[in-house]
Amino acid sequence: MNVWQILEYAAWAVSALLLLWMVADAWKVGQQFSEEQLLSSKEGVDELFAAEQKRGH
Amino acid sequence: MSSSPPSRSGDTDMADVAATQPKGANINLLKVLGPVHVWALGVGIVLVGEFMGWNYGVGKGGAFGALIAAWVIGLLYTCVAMIDSEVTSTVAAAGGQYAQAKHTIGPLMAFNVGLYLVLAYTMLEAADVQVAGQLVQIGVARIAPDAGDAVLTSAHFWWAFTILSLMCLAWLNYRGVFMTLTVNFIITACAFASIIILFFGTQFATALGHADAQLLHHDLLTDLPYGWLGVVAALHFGIWYYLGIEGTCQAAEEVRSPGRALPLGTMTGIITLLIAAALTWYIACGLLPWEYVGWDLELAPLYDAAKIISWPTMEVILFIGTLFSAIASANGCINDAARAWFSMGRDRYLPVWFAAVHPRYRTPFRSIIFLIPIAAVFALKVPLAQIITFSILSGLLNYTFMPINVWLFRKMWPLGSIRRGFEHPFHPVPAVVLMILCVTTFFAVYLGYGRQLLAMMLFYWIVSLWFHFRRYQFVRRADQFTMNWPKPVGF
Repeated sequence: MNVWQILEYAAWAVSALLLLWMVADAWKVGQQFSEEQLLSSKEGVDELFAAEQKRGH
Repeated sequence: MSSSPPSRSGDTDMADVAATQPKGANINLLKVLGPVHVWALGVGIVLVGEFMGWNYGVGKGGAFGALIAAWVIGLLYTCVAMIDSEVTSTVAAAGGQYAQAKHTIGPLMAFNVGLYLVLAYTMLEAADVQVAGQLVQIGVARIAPDAGDAVLTSAHFWWAFTILSLMCLAWLNYRGVFMTLTVNFIITACAFASIIILFFGTQFATALGHADAQLLHHDLLTDLPYGWLGVVAALHFGIWYYLGIEGTCQAAEEVRSPGRALPLGTMTGIITLLIAAALTWYIACGLLPWEYVGWDLELAPLYDAAKIISWPTMEVILFIGTLFSAIASANGCINDAARAWFSMGRDRYLPVWFAAVHPRYRTPFRSIIFLIPIAAVFALKVPLAQIITFSILSGLLNYTFMPINVWLFRKMWPLGSIRRGFEHPFHPVPAVVLMILCVTTFFAVYLGYGRQLLAMMLFYWIVSLWFHFRRYQFVRRADQFTMNWPKPVGF
């Protein structure tokens, strides 16, 4: 086994760790927060129009 | 809507700010991006097309045919950028063209546009990480030609680096949009700089002691080898120069000032790409015969050009530039595909589970994770040309929607009825030009990939039927119209 093959295995290992970290974090967040909180995002507001209304145009 | 003050000092600080927001407040995407990030998102997704892919157009239409394609398709994308700058800077919502379609046309069009976006970016992402893995293998072959067959020819070797690229970028996207697009800005700027360096290197080749790097346009350029039909066929591959600049729209909900940042980032982005396209064609077609550029089997024509001139420093610079461009593109695509998928979930066009926002990182984390295996399967198992064709076809369908979108947008909310971040000039000329060029390019794609085009149209017909008969019952119809605008004209 040469250094390049070791790097290949290291790449697989790091990839697996990153995926596991993301899945574990997503699961943890799901446990800590309610679905209502996690899904509470609202679509962007029209800040340009709101600013115009504020100025009384 | 929560309004925790954005920080500019990085994602950790932003997460801390997010964590301090009042209990019970909505968890929204974070508004932290500026014009530089919008530029990095748009140009980052596209620039890989300067390093590879466009050259197949040379094979279809010769060197001049590819140049004409670059100009014509450049015009198509200039129209896209103008229209997008106006509509997106006003409809400031994640999902970009999907959110626009929801407001101007209706749910079925919005569903289709959302899928065009997700497919276009996920397929491009798969192509990018596939290229990144293969480039690592090519680089190792140059450094260590005696590394053995298990390293130099085995698919398993590049698979490892393809998956590593995908996971690192997904993790970066998961952890926050500010750092993701700051990294994209740096690596995109490096990739663009490598093209500039190669250009100046060829201009001063003799003075710098590299006579092989002289441009030989006078000897290498020929007439159109396959006539004007070849030029039309080359239009398909002219798309590679610019595919994805419309991705700037996906940042709409996360920019601090949509009215300023989106038009500025998008318009400077298309200008950058027009310059990069011209330089790329000029260098590659001045160093290599058109027959070689057009049938390139070495993956990346600019890197090949740097290899052939016996200038090791330039070869290293172009290798890094090519790799960075592929990584930047995949990074931006993960960002955009996840936002489009997230937006469709938020409106119940897809299961609402996908609409979750991470309370600390303020990213659509479930959508990011969900799309990883899809990109991985395509990256490992499907040939590059096939993946990129799926991406191009979905992109073209999206561009065809844009003229209709802007036409209705101007008709329903005429100038003066709502404040726009940017008003594109000469309406409806850009919309008409865009529609004509889209139809022409569909014909060009049909010449080379007719079956794929028909298969993709069939796919969208089937999912449209599914949406109409099965999914639409779950959509919250009253929530479709989210912008705080007056009623449209005629309603």
